Amino acid sequence: MAEYLIKNGFIFDPVLGIKGDVADVAIKDGKIVETTALSSPKVIDATGKTVMAGGVDVHAHVAGPKVNIGRNFRPEDKLFNCTPGHGIERMQGGFSVPTTIRTGYNYAHMGYTTVMEAAMPPLYARHTHEEMRDTPILDQGAYPVFGNNWFVLEYLKNHEIENTAAYIAWLLRATKGYAVKVVNPGGTEAWGWGLNCDNVHDPVPYFDITPAQIIKGLIEANEYLGLPHSMHMHANNLGNPGNYTTTLDSFKLSEGIKPNSKFGRDQVMHHTHVQFHSYGGDSWANVESRAKDIMGYVNSHDNITIDMGQVTLDETTTMTADGPFEHHLTELNHLKWANADVELETGSGVVPYLYSPNIKVCGIQWCIGLELALLAKDPMRIFLTTDHPNAGPFIRYPRIMKWLMSQEARDQQFDAFKYKDKVIEATNLAGMDRELNLYEIAQMTRAGPAKSLGLSHMYGGLAPGLDGDVAVYDFNPNEPYAPDDIEKAFSNAKHLFKSGVQVISDHEIANNGNKRTLWVNAKANENPQVMRDIKEKFLRYYTVTLNNYEGSGHYLRNPHVIEVDATQ
Amino acid sequence: MTKTVTDVICPFCGTLCDDLEVVVSDDGKQLLEVYNACAIGAEKFLHSQAKDRITRPRMRQEDGTWKEITYDEAVEYTANMLADAKKPLMYGWSSTNCEAQAVGAEIGEAVGAVMDNTATVCHGTSLIAVQDIGIPSCTLGEVKNRADRVLFWGCNPAHAHPRHMSRYSIFPRGFFTGKGHTGRKVIVVDPRPTDTASLADIHLQIEQGHDYELFDALRVAFKGEKLPDVVAGIPKEKIYEVAETLKSGRFAIIFFGMGVTQSIGKNHNIDAAIAVTRDLNEYTKAAIMPMRGHYNVTGSGQVWGWQFGFPFAVDLSRGFARYNPGETTSNDLLRRDEVDAVFVLGSDPGAHFPFNSVKKIYDLPSVVIDPHETPTSEVCKVHVPVAFVGVEIGGCAYRMDNVPIETRKVVDAPEGMMTDEEFLTRVLARVKELKGV
Ligand code: SF4
Ligand SMILES: [Zn+2]
Repeated sequence: MAEYLIKNGFIFDPVLGIKGDVADVAIKDGKIVETTALSSPKVIDATGKTVMAGGVDVHAHVAGPKVNIGRNFRPEDKLFNCTPGHGIERMQGGFSVPTTIRTGYNYAHMGYTTVMEAAMPPLYARHTHEEMRDTPILDQGAYPVFGNNWFVLEYLKNHEIENTAAYIAWLLRATKGYAVKVVNPGGTEAWGWGLNCDNVHDPVPYFDITPAQIIKGLIEANEYLGLPHSMHMHANNLGNPGNYTTTLDSFKLSEGIKPNSKFGRDQVMHHTHVQFHSYGGDSWANVESRAKDIMGYVNSHDNITIDMGQVTLDETTTMTADGPFEHHLTELNHLKWANADVELETGSGVVPYLYSPNIKVCGIQWCIGLELALLAKDPMRIFLTTDHPNAGPFIRYPRIMKWLMSQEARDQQFDAFKYKDKVIEATNLAGMDRELNLYEIAQMTRAGPAKSLGLSHMYGGLAPGLDGDVAVYDFNPNEPYAPDDIEKAFSNAKHLFKSGVQVISDHEIANNGNKRTLWVNAKANENPQVMRDIKEKFLRYYTVTLNNYEGSGHYLRNPHVIEVDATQ
Repeated sequence: MTKTVTDVICPFCGTLCDDLEVVVSDDGKQLLEVYNACAIGAEKFLHSQAKDRITRPRMRQEDGTWKEITYDEAVEYTANMLADAKKPLMYGWSSTNCEAQAVGAEIGEAVGAVMDNTATVCHGTSLIAVQDIGIPSCTLGEVKNRADRVLFWGCNPAHAHPRHMSRYSIFPRGFFTGKGHTGRKVIVVDPRPTDTASLADIHLQIEQGHDYELFDALRVAFKGEKLPDVVAGIPKEKIYEVAETLKSGRFAIIFFGMGVTQSIGKNHNIDAAIAVTRDLNEYTKAAIMPMRGHYNVTGSGQVWGWQFGFPFAVDLSRGFARYNPGETTSNDLLRRDEVDAVFVLGSDPGAHFPFNSVKKIYDLPSVVIDPHETPTSEVCKVHVPVAFVGVEIGGCAYRMDNVPIETRKVVDAPEGMMTDEEFLTRVLARVKELKGV
């Protein structure tokens, strides 16, 4: 493999604690090495440029059944943006739900090298893996959803943590999944009957369990196994005025639980797209920001990490395993609605959405996401996301960096709001003058998410031994710049290395990389009861046989298995 | 000695049964018996064993007779035909695995083809309707475990999807449906007294071609508004009764087929059907599902969806993906002489396209990839027989509810036969050489 020496860049790396000093980065055999380890490297001149590790996305919807529903049912999302292949690039298309090929390239152009698919319905694991196979460059993993799974509901009704853990281990293996995802716990099962669970104590119809029991039980089972990532949470009551209390109630269920993981994470709950969960008021007329309450809690509890779910003010496509929420949304905006309930496991919905700067609520949502990040005491525990494509497409990450780094940029956006005064009244952002620096951005987009995922031994930094994932941006932090320069530079990396391969050279895709699929092979104690339960459910309730459910794994061309031993 | 292979997937219809058992000879070369399949599924397996099966590619001669050629020659002919054509049509893709579909899509991209699948004459109208209004749907297991109201509209699973009713829709006992058949109310809307209709609690013998009106009438009836005395040949009392039956259920499912997707109104019928389902969700839980025909037509729409963004009628001839049904659909292209070569895999347009279109295929350079001799192979210049997907080679297929299932290999293909994927991979490599990419 080629050796590279990236010389004289301004380095921003939370892992090494480097805050913009000029230094060199060396890559050899796919890894970062000491510069002395190189013999005849290819030299990349990064003078006057910013150098960071490859970006890591903890939460995006980029592959699988609901993403593809979004593509296929929105031809308008591809209007005027389908492009021919050139060089080694294949044809691409789509804005908010791009084709897999565009997904890979667009992340790479932003300097991202690892992207986690945030919700994989287990029965559709094959589909998810097929799409990830066709997504170039990126290392990926997918989170199977557990929060409405009948096995989980039945075990946790009686607080059977060991059985839940054995089932999780089995399902991760069957689906080649990465982490335990929970979406509207109990609510999506209720949606099987057109109902919902509105708060953590609202019982799940028929199953005689509350969301609180599901949440706490899954955190405990996750720690019982000691998985790399923590339980990954999308709470009940998403998107509704006044829901911040449900969010706090959900946070509190993690209290007193300590992480048990050899993978270096400190949290036991990652709560995703918190912007959607930080609303006060009791109607759309008086909805207001509760970011202060939310961040007050997060800042004082270090066993939680979160991501933003920042609204980008675009036309986009919402999609979530929160089936009842999407139905609610289609009733609000009267746009087309797809729903896909999945036997014994989960559901999902898809609805297009226009976040307009002319609508007051959209402005408030925009403020709340930024407030969360600007109120954060520790940028290692809050990550930059848009819950792609729910609050906006991931290609806007550099724009969000701009908003986070520049009050001037925020003021420009305020001025573009039709109901500027009302938005300001319902939020706190206008009074905030904090401007994040590139070091903090690197925490929010690299080191933080890598650590939360339990992958800080591979990603997120430039320390020798880590994967050779390095991005070089046309950005000189020591020279004066306009806010838009930030967006421009971070949208279009000059060079990008993935596992030591140069995938972008001079802004052009130069190599399709050697993408890996990460999954977690957790070994739990033999559990005959769980195996009996699995056989029984497949015999009686599933419509595929047990033998046809488990993926053969041949969709994973280049699997990277993370072994966890939870036998005891 | 024989061996029994279990959990075998039936590569015939969109029901995609995965519980077949197949008995094969000890050497794994012969398929002896098939259990659990319906008659048409079993026939598919046993047909693969025909003694007179064609096992090598053939090229048609001037005098109309066939001459055997090698796979190499077939690859060469196919690659050249596609590379030389300005706008080749690559049609079919419904009876093959997703692996082959993905390679085919790459070829289409390299040569600037129009990619179209059998939805074009089947559920393409449904796909268009979904783009208009969305689709509240679910997996078949949701139907099995929850549905107590089952409506079949313009479809006859008793013949087209024989095990659908026993596995998913009418008879099975699921988690919340322990009473099976007796706990479900079955409604059939069909102008004909079909075998499916004979199982129904209510059969609405609709006047042919008036589906849209009846859907609309149901929407009116849900709201308790006034109806004319008779709509689409159905007395209003019956319509109110059906509306009430659907609303009073805990979980209603509508299955629909070609009787409504290809009759007058086409995609507008399906718009209306989906609107009925949306409306029902105001009162109870409801879902709707197209009864997809070929076992993996759904998969080709998925593969093209993630590669190009469109589920059928994808025109790649300008270098990027375009989609405009009516313009980029196979029969429209053939009829207007807009394509200059035809490649068929995993379908039989010779049997299913109008005569005019078939005549055009006959007049053009053409290749068909198919294990069988078919009406299509009768009009093509080259016929490339291949291994049967789901019998002689595995690979992924998507059930009508989009659930992906990996089909299994149960016996070896005859010595020296290629699979779809192998053949396409060779063609792709050769096309790239010819195109210099
Ligand atoms: S119903 Fe369809 S899939 Fe099932 S056995 Fe019959 S033909 Fe095969
Ligand atoms: Zn999400």
